[in-house]
Order: sequence, then structure tokens, then C-alpha cells
Amino acid sequence: MADVPMWPDEIYRILRDWDVTQFSYVPDAGHAVLINRSLEDPEVHSVALTTEEEGVAMLAGAHLGGARGVALMQSSGVGNCVNMFSFVKNGQFPMLILVSMRGDFGEGNPWQMPMGQAIQPILETCGFICMRVDQPAEVAATLQAACTTVYQAGQAVAVLLTQRLIGAKAF
Amino acid sequence: MPSDIFRAGSTARSSETGVLDRCEAVPKLIGNAQDFLIIAGLAGTAKDVAHLCEPHANYYACAGVMGGATAMGLGLALAQPTRRVLVMTGDGELLMNVGSLATVAIMHPPNLSIVCVDNGHYGETGYQKSHTSLGVDLAAIAAGAGIPTVRTVTQEADIAEAAALIRHPDGPAFVLLKVKLTDPPKIRRSMDAAWSKHRFRDALLGMR
Repeated sequence: MADVPMWPDEIYRILRDWDVTQFSYVPDAGHAVLINRSLEDPEVHSVALTTEEEGVAMLAGAHLGGARGVALMQSSGVGNCVNMFSFVKNGQFPMLILVSMRGDFGEGNPWQMPMGQAIQPILETCGFICMRVDQPAEVAATLQAACTTVYQAGQAVAVLLTQRLIGAKAF
Repeated sequence: MPSDIFRAGSTARSSETGVLDRCEAVPKLIGNAQDFLIIAGLAGTAKDVAHLCEPHANYYACAGVMGGATAMGLGLALAQPTRRVLVMTGDGELLMNVGSLATVAIMHPPNLSIVCVDNGHYGETGYQKSHTSLGVDLAAIAAGAGIPTVRTVTQEADIAEAAALIRHPDGPAFVLLKVKLTDPPKIRRSMDAAWSKHRFRDALLGMR
């Protein structure tokens, strides 16, 4: 039996240290620990969405109100967000999204491949800085860097949690 | 040849076009706009809201991100629990993301109200019919999503009660304001999303 990875808890702790209080997501196995931590935390709003683009619009609304949020999504969900990403280049809204990757290292489901392979160029075209994480030991430092870049420098950052990190889904 | 059953608008259902003029009904419904923080979806409702609020900075009006207004309002309402947040959207904008009504319903923000100005048409692109001209009832969808307070306003006499409901401090409210095909107020407004963001935040939060 594999050890339970600690990095999802590190992510949650770092986000809370940065006073992130709005967690939005479409339920996802790759973000399950983060989602559950947010559901258990009475200090935050844990928001299940019907589509990921709602999460992007929520981030903009949260920022207008002086709160910090994060949108958790799977790589396929990035495709649902593209028009909402107008908030980044046009509005210069700070945004943090965490993407659990499908369709990259070791993927067995061909339906995941198109978006998995396309999202980094899409995100970069839309104004996001992409930070890929392959190793558990890189997670905390990457999240700290991402939060600094988003919440202090006001940028849009997508942290891509790759299948090297998460593990490819077995079929 | 496709059967009629697949042709939009071929069903027996259809909705009456409203009789209210948005330029009169929206101000009456909203009352003192300074009581709210307002998110306006693109096109007609952005103009309704800008006309109502200017020169004040208590509103953020989109000119894109179609379908995003309700979720923006949710993020703002959760961030500002002591303020009343109002989403002003249109039938076309809301139809693009009706799922956001479901998200609002499960979060149940007590300080969020949504007004949908429903003229049954995509006014900005040349007044093509929207689904709400063809029988789709956004108030029924909002109620079905679980939003506890839902009203449809079709005539002048309905406005007063709806105006009270969008200010009620207990639970999200949804008001469908049925209006006729008249243009929104003419107003020049900034299309700069970053400038509008800074203006709104400066007014609400102070410089930060």
C-alpha cells in the first residue's frame, strides 16, 4: 500500500496561511484532499460549481470584495473557462488556479489527451503564468511562489499538478 | 427533413413579451442603488445599472465574460457578508450559465439577490429571440434550483413586493423582470475592466 501523500495538506496549509477563504471546484479525485479540507474548515467557503468557469468569475467577484480565492479544476475544466479568462488580460485580476492534470504523463484515457496537452499554451495565451509540479518535494515551494505572485504581485498563476505527482488514473 | 419537434419555437409553449419599459421598471425595482453592491452582466443590464449608479462606484459592469455575472456576485457576496449584493443580469447572459443559479442555491448566501431583466431577446446583437421568448421560464429554473425566494414581475403592481424581496436580509432572492423590447438607457461607460476594478475596490475597500 502506498503511503498517503502529504503534499495536499501542505497546499491547504499554505493557502490558509495566505488567507485564502474561497475554495471553488467541480468535484475531482486529484483535488479530493483539498476539497475535503475546505469542507471541514468553518473559516472558509467551500463552493461546489456546476462548471469551472463559475469559479473564475467567483475569483473576480471575491477580489472586488477584498477576499482571496482559489479555483481547483481538472485539466479538462480549463477548457470550460477560456472566455472567463478575459478577466486576466483585460481586467488584470489576480487569479490562482490549481489544475490536477489528466492527459499527460502515463494517461490511458484518450479523451483526456486533447485538453491535457493543450492547456498550458491556452493558459499562457490567456495571460497565466504556469508552474508545473512533478515532485512532492517541489509542492510547497511552488505554492508559496504562486501565492506570492498572485496575492502580492497581482498576477494570474496556474499551478499544474502533473500526473507524475498525482499518479495516472488506472483503468 | 427534420421533424417540427426539433425546431426551436415549434412547441405549444411560448411566453408573452413583457409590457414594462426597462428604463422605468428597473429604477423602480432597485430604488436607491446605493443600498447595494451591484454586479451587472454585459449589454443592456450594464447600461441599466450604469445609468442608475453613476457617478457612484458601487457597481461593476461587464462588457464580456457572458454568463459570469451571477458567479461574480456570489464571490462578492461571500467576501462582503455585511453588504447587500445585487446581480443584474439579462435573459441571454443568464441562459449562458443557468448552472450558476444552482451554485447560488446550494451556497444560500443570505445577502445576494439576482434580478434578471428578461426581454426575451439578445438585444445587443440585433434582438434575436432568446429561449425565454420560446417558453423557457428562468424563474421556474431558479425555483427548481432551490433559490428560496423567487418572483416574476410582469406589471407595475408587482414591483413593490419584489423591491422589498431583493432587500430582504434572509436568503438569496431571484426576481425575473419581464420587459418589452425597448432599448436600455443610453449612457457612455468605461469598458476598461481594470480601471473599473480599481474604482470599485477603492470605493469599497480604500486603497490597497
